[in-house]
Amino acid sequence: MAPSVALKRTPLHAVHVSMGAKMVDFGGWDMPVQYSGLVDEHLTVRKAVGLFDVSHMGEIEVRGPEAVRLVDYVSTNAASRLHVGQAQYSGLLYEHGGFVDDILVHKVADDHFFLCVNAANQEKDFEHICAANQFDAKVEFASDRYAQIAIQGPLALRTLERLTSVHLASIAYYWFKDGTVSGVPARIARTGYTGEDGFELYVAPAEAPRIWNELLNAGRDFGIKPCGLGARNTLRLEAKMALYGHEIHASITPYEADLSWMVKLDKGEFIGRAVLARQKEQGVRRKLVGFEMRGRGIGRDGYEVRLDGVSAGWVTSGSPAPSLNKNIGLCYLPVSEVRPGRSIQVMVRNQAVEAETVHTPFYKRAKTA
Amino acid sequence: MNYPDNLRYSKEHEWVRTEGDIGTVGITDHAQKELGDIVYVDLPKLGTKVEQGKSLGSVESVKAVSDIYSPVSGEIVEVNESLAQAPEKLNHEPHGAAWLVKVRMSAPDEVKQLLSAADYQTYVGAES
Repeated sequence: MAPSVALKRTPLHAVHVSMGAKMVDFGGWDMPVQYSGLVDEHLTVRKAVGLFDVSHMGEIEVRGPEAVRLVDYVSTNAASRLHVGQAQYSGLLYEHGGFVDDILVHKVADDHFFLCVNAANQEKDFEHICAANQFDAKVEFASDRYAQIAIQGPLALRTLERLTSVHLASIAYYWFKDGTVSGVPARIARTGYTGEDGFELYVAPAEAPRIWNELLNAGRDFGIKPCGLGARNTLRLEAKMALYGHEIHASITPYEADLSWMVKLDKGEFIGRAVLARQKEQGVRRKLVGFEMRGRGIGRDGYEVRLDGVSAGWVTSGSPAPSLNKNIGLCYLPVSEVRPGRSIQVMVRNQAVEAETVHTPFYKRAKTA
Repeated sequence: MNYPDNLRYSKEHEWVRTEGDIGTVGITDHAQKELGDIVYVDLPKLGTKVEQGKSLGSVESVKAVSDIYSPVSGEIVEVNESLAQAPEKLNHEPHGAAWLVKVRMSAPDEVKQLLSAADYQTYVGAES
């Protein structure tokens, strides 16, 4: 069916179509949801290496002598504590403490920060940051200058090292280096959204198709596979990484979302701080918690959660977990009920199905030497 | 994909194969591809009355859950119990061993409203 509004395309769109990916409308973008199959792709990332086009993600550059003051003022984590070459997960909040977006902040230089933001939020984020810019800082909407490719899995490093002279093993988790991949400039960040080791590469859009193909060739003997957003979602859910619009949105604060570690109240003033300081003192009423289905059924996004038959919360994400052979999910519950082993009921198409709250993350990769 | 000529197809991506007043119902290869890895199939009990175009159950993949719409009206006389243990069969043999239910049709003429294999092929070709 013809969409009423033209869907946006990444620089890799033609590659996905020619390789036979199944394409879907993802927040206004025509994106690959799966290639060989969601479960196959998911397990390939857990055991070997997978390749994702995440060029729909947005990029915002903040430069100038007071760039760090602006980033610190609009985000919850402490950009001022980053070293050059280091990245951090952070939140952009409204004054009332709810999320504008969740973002990655990279410190490129003392006067230069590079933000990676969610595709559907990029314009909103840019306006939000500009509106807060009372500093000597320049904010630039840079999404058109970057394609982003994620290479994820235990064999990601060995694949990528065939295409770069950058010493990848010396890039620690949540650090990055600027270098070259396939002979062209690339920002190589040891970050990801799968719960596995891996890298996210920021490259010029025109170079993305060639780099994509060279990565697939470089990883062929490792069994590399192109992956879609379907596997990306189940991978991030097993690792309990938040998805904007699900676990977090404008009515949810970091403390409710179990993301207290991204909040640095002691760094000075920032947007949303007053509400967070009060929540820290008084506690929150509801909190995100993981669950496993005990009965037959899958608790999907938006399904009602009951405690002893009484409506008490809602599912934010839920799916079979391909690595775990369980049906898992995340939900909001009153904070007094948030403890592992609590029996809950998920309303699956008008039927109460038994489930139980559990420790998270559901999946944690084994640490290698 | 080859859509067998002896089946009739609905625009909701179910098929029916008739023998006398019994219609065997399944989902199409296009449907299983759209769904991806199938993990649950919910089917009605024997004796349940179903209506053409109304939900008779659901099929759930890792990604999502979808209704199954009955391509014919009548009463459920047989259910493919093997799918409860092996729902993934729907991904491999949607037009064969992974049939869903058999319906004693109350209005066999309804089948004439369904698409031929060639027309269905054209329909899914145009849709995607």
